[in-house]
Amino acid sequence: MTTRRKRMDVSVCVDVYLSVFSRWKNWWIRGVLSLAMISGFFMVIYLGPIMLILVVMTIQIKCFQEIIDIGYRVYHSYELPWFRTLSWYFLICVNYFFYGETLAEYFGALVQREDSLQFLVRYHRFISFTLYLAGFCMFVLSLVKKHYRLQFYMFAWTHVTLLIVVTQSHLVIQNLFEGMIWFIVPISIVICNDIMAYLFGFFFGRTPLIKLSPKKTWEGFIGGFFGTLVCGFILAYLLAQFQYFVCPVEYNSETNRFTADCEPSDIFVMQKYTFPFAVQNILTWKTVNLYPYQIHSVVLSTFASLIGPFGGFFASGFKRAFQIKDFADTIPGHGGIMDRFDCQYLMATFTHVYIASFIRGPNPSKVLQQLLVLQPEQQLSIFNAMRDRLRDRGILPPAAM
Amino acid sequence: MTELRMRGRGADPDSVSGNKEAAGEDRLGLAGGEGDGDRESNAGTPEVPPSTVDNTPQFLNKAVEGLNPRWKNWWIRGVLSLAMISGFFMVIYLGPIMLILVVMTIQIKCFQEIIDIGYRVYHSYELPWFRTLSWYFLICVNYFFYGETLAEYFGALVQREDSLQFLVRYHRFISFTLYLAGFCMFVLSLVKKHYRLQFYMFAWTHVTLLIVVTQSHLVIQNLFEGMIWFIVPISIVICNDIMAYLFGFFFGRTPLIKLSPKKTWEGFIGGFFGTLVCGFILAYLLAQFQYFVCPVEYNSETNRFTADCEPSDIFVMQKYTFPFAVQNILTWKTVNLYPYQIHSVVLSTFASLIGPFGGFFASGFKRAFQIKDFADTIPGHGGIMDRFDCQYLMATFTHVYIASFIRGPNPSKVLQQLLVLQPEQQLSIFNAMRDRLRDRGILPPAAM
Repeated sequence: MTTRRKRMDVSVCVDVYLSVFSRWKNWWIRGVLSLAMISGFFMVIYLGPIMLILVVMTIQIKCFQEIIDIGYRVYHSYELPWFRTLSWYFLICVNYFFYGETLAEYFGALVQREDSLQFLVRYHRFISFTLYLAGFCMFVLSLVKKHYRLQFYMFAWTHVTLLIVVTQSHLVIQNLFEGMIWFIVPISIVICNDIMAYLFGFFFGRTPLIKLSPKKTWEGFIGGFFGTLVCGFILAYLLAQFQYFVCPVEYNSETNRFTADCEPSDIFVMQKYTFPFAVQNILTWKTVNLYPYQIHSVVLSTFASLIGPFGGFFASGFKRAFQIKDFADTIPGHGGIMDRFDCQYLMATFTHVYIASFIRGPNPSKVLQQLLVLQPEQQLSIFNAMRDRLRDRGILPPAAM
Repeated sequence: MTELRMRGRGADPDSVSGNKEAAGEDRLGLAGGEGDGDRESNAGTPEVPPSTVDNTPQFLNKAVEGLNPRWKNWWIRGVLSLAMISGFFMVIYLGPIMLILVVMTIQIKCFQEIIDIGYRVYHSYELPWFRTLSWYFLICVNYFFYGETLAEYFGALVQREDSLQFLVRYHRFISFTLYLAGFCMFVLSLVKKHYRLQFYMFAWTHVTLLIVVTQSHLVIQNLFEGMIWFIVPISIVICNDIMAYLFGFFFGRTPLIKLSPKKTWEGFIGGFFGTLVCGFILAYLLAQFQYFVCPVEYNSETNRFTADCEPSDIFVMQKYTFPFAVQNILTWKTVNLYPYQIHSVVLSTFASLIGPFGGFFASGFKRAFQIKDFADTIPGHGGIMDRFDCQYLMATFTHVYIASFIRGPNPSKVLQQLLVLQPEQQLSIFNAMRDRLRDRGILPPAAM
């Protein structure tokens, strides 16, 4: 009797130990991988823009592959071999279009040296369109009698995936060229929001936020918001001091390297702000020295905390709709690459739109390029119009007549 | 119908006994979670068969009462064709504003037709948010596209009004915010048992927007380039349709593609040559008029669209010398042509060889979802989409063609960008331009 009871006790202890161990083991693996990913992030930043572009492209391809694989599983379309080929072909086409447009803009000097590249740049849109059309015609020709609907579904699935994944990655690269800080800060803010919301939810979480993600809580949401504000503010302060992060990335055709040397723009120059009177009475400080970029980071943090989670809810809804637990099993403990990047989608687009609307104007070298393509008469008329305007503003001395 | 039903059921045992790489896969094949499996296999059958209500107006019915039923259909179809072509001419006569309105109306109708098909396929009538969200996304995307275009072309008008200035300067941000609001509404509207359905409709809406709204926007941009770039591509596609039909009717023997059994190789090739000739003649006829040839501009004094300009080189008659081989055959040494006619040959070639793929795509789509026509808007022809399915690729091709081979950047747009730059940047560009113009001899060299 006692031996059996001892065995039961021992087995119960072993069970408890194993369950605790496996939960801790899961938590441990997750933690180690998180640290590994964050370290990898820092290392890639150190290695510079080219590595960053390559990493972004790799992530994009992996995300695309994960979503397309889900489509195959949903629609049992393994037996249509054309579809893999066509999906990858469309990915290459769309990437060629986007990266061609970007590279032509930023590698202007290099392009003008090579004649073959000149041809590709001048007729870039036409070539991209032709490549896409070839894929479209191949799709139409590959329609098989009993599988019409399946093929149309996969076609639409591929296109929506391209729309989401490739556009985002392209916008991330464009943000990168604006200055590495516009790449690092948004991504860090989203990661920080994830971690902060998790911590606040772990310690204080009580009220569920949304049925889609039962683990999220209002306490985590709001606590994450404030935590992210603070972290973003500090991070912006730390990074805005270095030219390496702040300057637009340019391609130096002599050294064949990317460089970031410039006169930092106004938003990265420390300025004195005066508090409104109400705040002055509370804080007993009259002024504070801030980088204007820190105020921009507050806007980015607000977006990441309030709207960014909707990207996560969208991905959760998607996983529930198709009854998958994770997008893939690429990262142990975390799921697939898409699982890590689902909140980043909206952030990249928002950052790009924000920059385009509030930060920068047109790119001067791009405007000059456009000017040089015009007809001589048009160039002359624009030249005259410019000269008159510059004289009116007093930038040019008035004409001596 | 039965094949799809069998496929729906046949997949289930595969997924149960097959690979277990994802636990979700078993559930996918079986009940599919929240009863979606049944919906999936039933979705093979159209819920509502195409309406059998005869849409033809009464007067047409009376006119064809006495005829043979087959001739009756052909007659109605012919009358409606003529009506549509006359409508096309009338709208051209009424000018650019009417054309823009007509394009927008057609776009909205196409969107509505495709979304209705999606509702029928997915039985999603009982999700009332979806209609609202689909129309909201349509308005957002239209606002984005038309805002960009109008800001470009109505530059003078915009600079007068301050409120418009604000809308133009932050246009992308405002459009993005509007879209985001719709996105968040979608996420908040996800209902527990209908996740997959809602995601399908979301994707359906977006793909439809991608196809329909982008095309209509490109059509309007082509229009602003010059009415001829609007009229000739559309006419070429219509002409190709008619020519291929006639050649197929008289000479058709070899089927072209399984998707469209009525199309034949004779119709395809005959249509190609017929379209070449028609396009050539049409280009010749239209290239002589300023009304068609000049870029459409908004005249802020008269508040009207005008098309007055010095016609560009491609609309000026030029002498071309035939190569010797052709000279021996034709005994003509030179010929007077508008260069635009050569461009029209390229457009005709595209419309005849690649344009039909748009039609095959639409045919495959209709077969996939087992509908006979997109809708019943036009008696004898089907829906608006049925008439415009070959036009999709044409509008995009024309736009890409113009952007690559015909025009350069828009000078006024470049000037606008210049004026937004910082003064130092303006000065540096000014100096760079001055040096280049001097190098080319357009400006007199500086007196130093």
